[in-house]
Amino acid sequence: MSSPPRDQDRNASSTTDATPPTHPVDLTGTDVSPEVLRALYRDMVYARHLDDEAVALQRQGVFPAYVPLRGQEAAQVGSAAAMDRTSDFAFPTYREMAVAVTLGVDMVGYMASHRALWHGGLYDPSRSRLAPINAVVGGPVPHAVGWALGAQLDGTPGCALAYFGDGASSEGDVHEAMNMAAVFQAPVVFLCQNNQWALSVPNRDQVAGGSIAARAAGYGMPGHEVDGNDVLAVYTTTRAALARARSGGGPSLIEARTYRLGPHSTSDDTRRYRSEDTERQWARADPIERLYTAMLAAGTVPGDDSFAAEVREQAQEAAASMRAGVRVAPPPSGEEMFTHVFSEPTDELLRQQRAWREEVELG
Amino acid sequence: MSQLLHADSGQGPGTAVSASASASASRRPEAHHEGPDLRQALNAALDRALTEDPRTLVLGEDVGRLGGVFRVTAGLQERHGHHRVFDTPLAESGIMGLCVGLAMQGWRPIPELQFDGFAYPAVDQIVNQLARMRYRSRGAFPMPVTLRLPSFGGIQAPEHHGESLESLFAHVPGLNVVAPSTPAEAYTLLLQSVRCDDPVIFLEPKARYWDREQIQLPPPDSTQELDAAPLGTSRVARPGRHATLVCWGSMVRTCLEVAELAAEDGVDLEVLDLRWLKPLDTAGLAASVARTGRAVVVHEAPLTAGLGAEVSARLMERCFGELRAPVQRVSGFDVPYPAGPLEHQYLPTLDRILLAVQHTLEF
Repeated sequence: MSSPPRDQDRNASSTTDATPPTHPVDLTGTDVSPEVLRALYRDMVYARHLDDEAVALQRQGVFPAYVPLRGQEAAQVGSAAAMDRTSDFAFPTYREMAVAVTLGVDMVGYMASHRALWHGGLYDPSRSRLAPINAVVGGPVPHAVGWALGAQLDGTPGCALAYFGDGASSEGDVHEAMNMAAVFQAPVVFLCQNNQWALSVPNRDQVAGGSIAARAAGYGMPGHEVDGNDVLAVYTTTRAALARARSGGGPSLIEARTYRLGPHSTSDDTRRYRSEDTERQWARADPIERLYTAMLAAGTVPGDDSFAAEVREQAQEAAASMRAGVRVAPPPSGEEMFTHVFSEPTDELLRQQRAWREEVELG
Repeated sequence: MSQLLHADSGQGPGTAVSASASASASRRPEAHHEGPDLRQALNAALDRALTEDPRTLVLGEDVGRLGGVFRVTAGLQERHGHHRVFDTPLAESGIMGLCVGLAMQGWRPIPELQFDGFAYPAVDQIVNQLARMRYRSRGAFPMPVTLRLPSFGGIQAPEHHGESLESLFAHVPGLNVVAPSTPAEAYTLLLQSVRCDDPVIFLEPKARYWDREQIQLPPPDSTQELDAAPLGTSRVARPGRHATLVCWGSMVRTCLEVAELAAEDGVDLEVLDLRWLKPLDTAGLAASVARTGRAVVVHEAPLTAGLGAEVSARLMERCFGELRAPVQRVSGFDVPYPAGPLEHQYLPTLDRILLAVQHTLEF
């Protein structure tokens, strides 16, 4: 359940990152169908291409900034794929683009947040089963508990999936949420992507005790540490945790150990806090390659690389379509600044809106 | 204009003011010994809200079995069940985050945070999440959450139990803020708040919890239409001709006492109970000042950037021509809320308010 104690020597000169797991995903005896495996692969490849495209769009000045997820595809796709999309609901922060891909969220609408058209994105959160993008780390975690409690009160089978990272694990809201979820036995799964770096701060300066999963014991709920670059492990662990929650077994915590291969954001410079060598080592633990190698060996995909080529082509199309969509996405109307503040605008807000309109019309 | 204040006294200004202060204790408006107190009115409103709308929930620290530290929720859990009225762990931020998630599930939560000063740990969830979720989701997730917050000072409570947070919350886009002053007002305003589809910060004047009023509260299953002015409307608690005292919450009774004292000196003060601090009734304020030409704003909160500043600015913008004197402000001081014996020196005293009245009349 918990990891062995980490290097506690705070003066250690290396970053003491965990050893990158490079072995292929173990498909031996899995009950997960080849169709699902191929879908997991496809979603990861889509996410990779969309991610690269988003970085390119930032470099070209279309996006003011972007937060790449490269390296974390398995943790996101594996967990989101385990959701029941008719009843469950996911609560992301701002790096969960691969979750959005897996849930079939409209990518132009999703990227609208990074395109700086609308904070939270322009996709339909209700239909997508994905809450609006949230920029407060840890902030949406108690929302997931409230949502799950609401489902429980309604007697509906919905479960909430709360995403957060190793940095957010230090936030009080995350602790409050976990405690509440356990007290209420709410159907919620806490999915921590431990990508080892909270911007520039490594786990050893962030996570006392070395394990986030181990904290679950303190709340009396199961805690699972899982290889976050093994999409099958993440998928089956999340599936089991959701099934447990759905059957009234209460909340669980999953710590998916992964690695953020890219910068925190396109404004970040990883050279100031970690070595290129470590990044190279982790690049060899690529979750997409690890699944593909296993699928080839198991005969889940043809040996001639045609499946990978086909998926790659589709992913490129998806990325190109996203690019085309965000480039022509209209800027938000100023009227919309005022529209969604209240259900009924106040007199004062209407007055300010009129003043704004006059200014624009004169301008 | 001092003759207005002292027209019938024949005394100098200073004498009149000190004389009035010594008499203050015995000259309160007639105390009602029958009828419900403000807590009972709130309880009846909650009872009715829970009865008329199966999506309403009452939650918070000690609101269930105990019925709240002020007993405002007494008996509600027995009448409406543990699923509708329940205790939460002691975690203010978590409680408000829970309510955001519950509202996303279509519930209508009525949380209580036990004391004003303990809303501070929840400010992130209130400001960054509750107030913005409708906006962020472009109306997909309305936030019909009424936060009940026992507020203001006057009961010699410990530190952090006497705060006035109205200007803090009124400053936040997306929040409504209201403070009732009497049992009848408390009943109506609370039901109105719960029925509102947007967040309402409901500031309960804890020093007035035990004030009684000879009113008949409707039964919980009443279908009688609520006799309420539109949200954001102030009320003239006492009509007058010479100056307007602008106040809310516990200061309304104080201002009525001031008006009685001033009346003995032939000064006819209007007392305008703002009720809603956001949206602010600019039209009601302007109408009152059009009648009186003078305004004194009275609040418990510290002076600097208090709501009195906003009221004063609105009056200047809206009815500068009708103002016959600068708007006066009587408030607490720019100090942390003091302990017991100093409390009544900190809070606006009858003397301090009368002095401000005198200043505005003499201008």
